[in-house]
Amino acid sequence: MNLLRLFSRSPSAPAARERLQVLLAHERAAVGDSDLVTKLRDEILRAISKHMQVDDEKVTVRMERGAQVSTLAVDIEIPFDAGKKAA
Amino acid sequence: MGKVIVVTSGKGGVGKTTSSAALGAALAQGGEKVVVIDFDVGLRNLDLVMGAERRVVYDIVNVIQGEAKLTQALIRDKRVETLYLLPASQTRDKDNLTAEGVAAVIGALKQSFDWVICDSPAGIERGATLAMRHADIAIVVTNPEVSSVRDSDRIIGLLDSKTLRAENGERVEKHLLLTRYDPARAERGDMLKVDDVLEILSIPLLGIIPESMDVLRASNIGSPVTLADDRSAPAIAYFEAVRRLKGESLPVAIPGEKRGFFGKFFGRKAA
Repeated sequence: MNLLRLFSRSPSAPAARERLQVLLAHERAAVGDSDLVTKLRDEILRAISKHMQVDDEKVTVRMERGAQVSTLAVDIEIPFDAGKKAA
Repeated sequence: MGKVIVVTSGKGGVGKTTSSAALGAALAQGGEKVVVIDFDVGLRNLDLVMGAERRVVYDIVNVIQGEAKLTQALIRDKRVETLYLLPASQTRDKDNLTAEGVAAVIGALKQSFDWVICDSPAGIERGATLAMRHADIAIVVTNPEVSSVRDSDRIIGLLDSKTLRAENGERVEKHLLLTRYDPARAERGDMLKVDDVLEILSIPLLGIIPESMDVLRASNIGSPVTLADDRSAPAIAYFEAVRRLKGESLPVAIPGEKRGFFGKFFGRKAA
């Protein structure tokens, strides 16, 4: 059984290499907390809070850092009367 | 109310992070709700070992400084839905980890998780003492090697004096997890044997994790070893450790003592 498992496996080192390259590219680009995705996250949240009371519990931020493309998804629940309060 | 576990060792590189990920995943695979916290501010790696490094949005320091809610900082595992990670900060100074902040975070997590696993950094500085501070249970990760055993002894002393439980006159439940155990070397007499380590440290044995390629392989692909290959020797050892952690009395098999056909013929020749 052990032998069978050994032969059926693909090597894992290429996966390690690729993961590290992506991660380190992002970490080297980041000085302090100021990499682009983090900066965008903070500025988007700040911009929104200017116009409405943001309930922290209703905000979901997801990031996925890729080799070529990173994605930032900010999901905010805007209550019906949010605009009136700010006005 | 959940239980708080610290995975600690004093010495670096013995397998704290690997074990935190594997034990956390093994518990979650059994249906328990688990959060694993990385306390290694500045040198985080639990995210990488668990394969969540590209999804870190906020970290424990953001939560403590009030820049993010706890629920926003938790990362849910993509494979096991009851497994969560709270990453350490990679860029902030470790002084941002305040005692009050850590107490608040752990207090809140205990409310909604069955197990809160604190992955301690190496050393005996702030990060390590804060990681053990709120522990109900301590898992002392030790390699069968002199410097690791010495450092574990030091850590056991700290668990008996610097934790909240110790200060309140209670005991932290301590367990030894022997990792990177190489049966062939132990057999040749080149490695401390299980009984040697147990006699020196005199805390109960939670499990023996054999030295294995499967562990390296699992970290390469960013998966706790119990998820990467649940039938591998280290995965089986972690699953058994988790059963003991939950109170089951299960004898610990010492790797290599059960000799197969080839072992009987060739095993003893080197001695």
